[in-house]
Amino acid sequence: MSDLIVDATLDKAYPGCVVLTAATLAVRRGTVHALCGENGAGKSTMVKILAGVTSADAGTLSLDDKVIALPSWDRIAARAAAVGIVMQHGSSAETLSVVENAVLGTEGGEILALDAPAAALKKLGEKIGLPVDPHAIAGELTLGAAQRAEILAAIHHGATLLILDEPTAVLTPIEVDGLLATLRSLAAEGTTIIIVTHKLDEVRTVADDVTVLRAGKTVATFSTRDAPLDTKAIARAMVGADLPEPSTVPPPAADAPAMLTVATMHMKGLVKVNFSVRAGEIAGIAGVDGNGQSELARIISGLDRTDAVVTMGDTNASLLSPARRLRVGLAHIHEDRHHGGLLLDSSIADNLVLGRPDITGRFRIDRTRVAAFAKEQVDKLDIRPRDPSVIAATLSGGNQQKIVVARELSRPRIKVVLAVQPSRGVDLGAVAKIHERLRDAARAGAAVLVISADLDELFALCHTIHVMLRGAIVGTRSGGELRAPDAREGLGALMTGASTRASAAKLDPSSGEAIA
Amino acid sequence: MIVTFVRARAVESRRTAALAVVVSLLISIAIGSVLMLAAGKSPAYVWSEMALRTFGDPYLLGQMLYKTTGLIFTGLAVSLALDAGLFNIGVEGQVTAGVVGASLVGAALPPSTPPIVAVPLCLLAAAAFAGCVGYATGVLRVYRGAHEVITGFMLNAIIAGVALWLGNEFLFQNGSTRGPAIVPGARLPQLGFGGSAVNASLFLAILVAVAMWWIRSQTTWGRTWRAIGSEPTTARTVGIDVQHTQILAMVGSAALAGLSASNFVLGHKHAFEEGLGRGVGFLGIAAALLGRLNPLAIIAGALLFGFLSSGGLAVADIVPKELTEMLQGVVVLVVAVIMVWLPTRGVRVPTKGAP
Repeated sequence: MSDLIVDATLDKAYPGCVVLTAATLAVRRGTVHALCGENGAGKSTMVKILAGVTSADAGTLSLDDKVIALPSWDRIAARAAAVGIVMQHGSSAETLSVVENAVLGTEGGEILALDAPAAALKKLGEKIGLPVDPHAIAGELTLGAAQRAEILAAIHHGATLLILDEPTAVLTPIEVDGLLATLRSLAAEGTTIIIVTHKLDEVRTVADDVTVLRAGKTVATFSTRDAPLDTKAIARAMVGADLPEPSTVPPPAADAPAMLTVATMHMKGLVKVNFSVRAGEIAGIAGVDGNGQSELARIISGLDRTDAVVTMGDTNASLLSPARRLRVGLAHIHEDRHHGGLLLDSSIADNLVLGRPDITGRFRIDRTRVAAFAKEQVDKLDIRPRDPSVIAATLSGGNQQKIVVARELSRPRIKVVLAVQPSRGVDLGAVAKIHERLRDAARAGAAVLVISADLDELFALCHTIHVMLRGAIVGTRSGGELRAPDAREGLGALMTGASTRASAAKLDPSSGEAIA
Repeated sequence: MIVTFVRARAVESRRTAALAVVVSLLISIAIGSVLMLAAGKSPAYVWSEMALRTFGDPYLLGQMLYKTTGLIFTGLAVSLALDAGLFNIGVEGQVTAGVVGASLVGAALPPSTPPIVAVPLCLLAAAAFAGCVGYATGVLRVYRGAHEVITGFMLNAIIAGVALWLGNEFLFQNGSTRGPAIVPGARLPQLGFGGSAVNASLFLAILVAVAMWWIRSQTTWGRTWRAIGSEPTTARTVGIDVQHTQILAMVGSAALAGLSASNFVLGHKHAFEEGLGRGVGFLGIAAALLGRLNPLAIIAGALLFGFLSSGGLAVADIVPKELTEMLQGVVVLVVAVIMVWLPTRGVRVPTKGAP
């Protein structure tokens, strides 16, 4: 029996797009193996092939020392070979219970016998530290609990190789810690785990070995057998170059005027939120998704009509339409680039000048100016592909996000920047560029408000961080407090209301309304 | 739903669009041939007769162009609304409203009104009457959430009824179903073609199509109405007043439909007549689908349906008229189905929530 449970060399192409070219992956039995890479590097495709969800075009695959015939390798075969996968966005049927999902596709006979598997799931969950109510409806679980249920179901089916595709993207910091600890203990009991991620702190915490993919090729492997993991080297392998050192923005002067003030009463999803951001200041709103951040953003941008008081510079913007607020000096990076940031069926250039009469002109579109502007922005933020006539839908998420950032932060006379999840799902290299643009805006005297579920992002950017929980600001840390060694844990605890419920269950979105 | 599926294809490349049209036509010809075989006729003979007679006879050619003219207006109307994310199924009623408007104003003018005044006034009346219907549809959709397909259908029935009532009560003369004639100055010249109905309105239709192409692709107006059709949330975020634009798009769409009265009233019948312009609204939807929201391509789509409908009459002695009418339905169906089947090559259609 060899040391390796997986030994693969794979090729895969979609029409017009090569995803994997002889990408190799070798996983040692009983280890946690991190598969890293930027968006579009081929990580997800590779694990989907291993799990039989997607077929490979060519290559070789050995599982447990058995050579697999790739053409006949599908999900059923993979399941029989004890390969479990937990997909990025979950794959539970939302209207079914945990146990019904677990037996889905494996049930035999006409009548479902659920009692035995339910009891088995419950017992297994308690044994390996993944407590889940087997009769809970999957769609009503928190994202973390739904994921635990899927892991549990995979183990229940006897998976000895468990694949997790970006499992932490949807979790709170505390849930992430819990998941990583679970993975370690599963590995200790002999399960082999492949975790797809591009978060280096997770890699450092959990992984024994690391494989880095870039543009469909395996470019580096690291192992704790040789030396402790060097996250800088992993980042370099992922990006293909050294990341630039982030610049710093000096804290605003004590007498800097407030450029953005927000005061809300109790209203849908929010409970008395009052704060201001000064000129030159970068403030952050931390919090688990669904705690009122979206409502706050809609109040500031004017997308929701409310009786909240919002001022921008010297202007009382409370009653202004979104269009008027943009003219006052708002730049708004919408949280959802597909439904709010971009027109996916339009070109890069058209998206860059959307709602920008200062570039297009009032009636007839000034093509020369648009072309020059598009070229300038594409170069400045390194948007790929370089051709501004390419349709936005064909770009990677990171490059799509760069378009939104470029359009919004190139507005003239910006007073307030509202950046909601500005780097969600974006590559390391692109994140660095987006953050630099936000810092530039602050240095130019704008008030910058970053709403993000990613604490690392807020720590990298902000002078002040407010934490939102159930529609209220439950804590604020600024300046030196953010450099305290336990600052991150403190904010994490505030985000989840750790004092009330340690497991950090997702909050009932109606709780804010109930108060209002 | 229909809006989504037409719009979902808006990202297609020009080549895919052309391919879709060619494939739909080939399949339609094949299905049409089967129908002809079922009727016991040789498809090759019927098709060639259809083309030879239509293009060989100036009168039939003129009739085809007359039908085409109306379809260009209604095709553009449907296309403008679709571009803005609205499905204007009320075109049929809006055509009738335009016909009523143009014929009422045309008949009320002093007999000596010169064309330079009479024609624009009648066009304005046609656009305004129809535009009011569009405004009602738009307002109901935007402020009351009433779906424009439902209100469109209802308004079609209401307008047909109102027009007939107007005719019966006030307009129809001497027991006919024809209202008073419009003044000579409001009449558009015929273009000859063996005394057929084709008239100068054809040039107006082409002019409007070119103008619409220019506005759609070269101006911020076009960008604005396409933006709300493509992704309303994004449009709002970047400062477009979505509600206002939707209403305007519906008014514009209806006004285009109303302008088809220039063909029916000013160019041909010179009076209000019961049933004038009927069917051109629904067939306009087909022309718009075939033209894939491109105003210039809609002219081609209108020509095709003009050919099918006048060619069908030309071969009425060989195959029953019902068969060629079915043929038009077949083309509509095939066009709609092909749009769903053709792959959007090289374009990943993103799913909500994916990074």
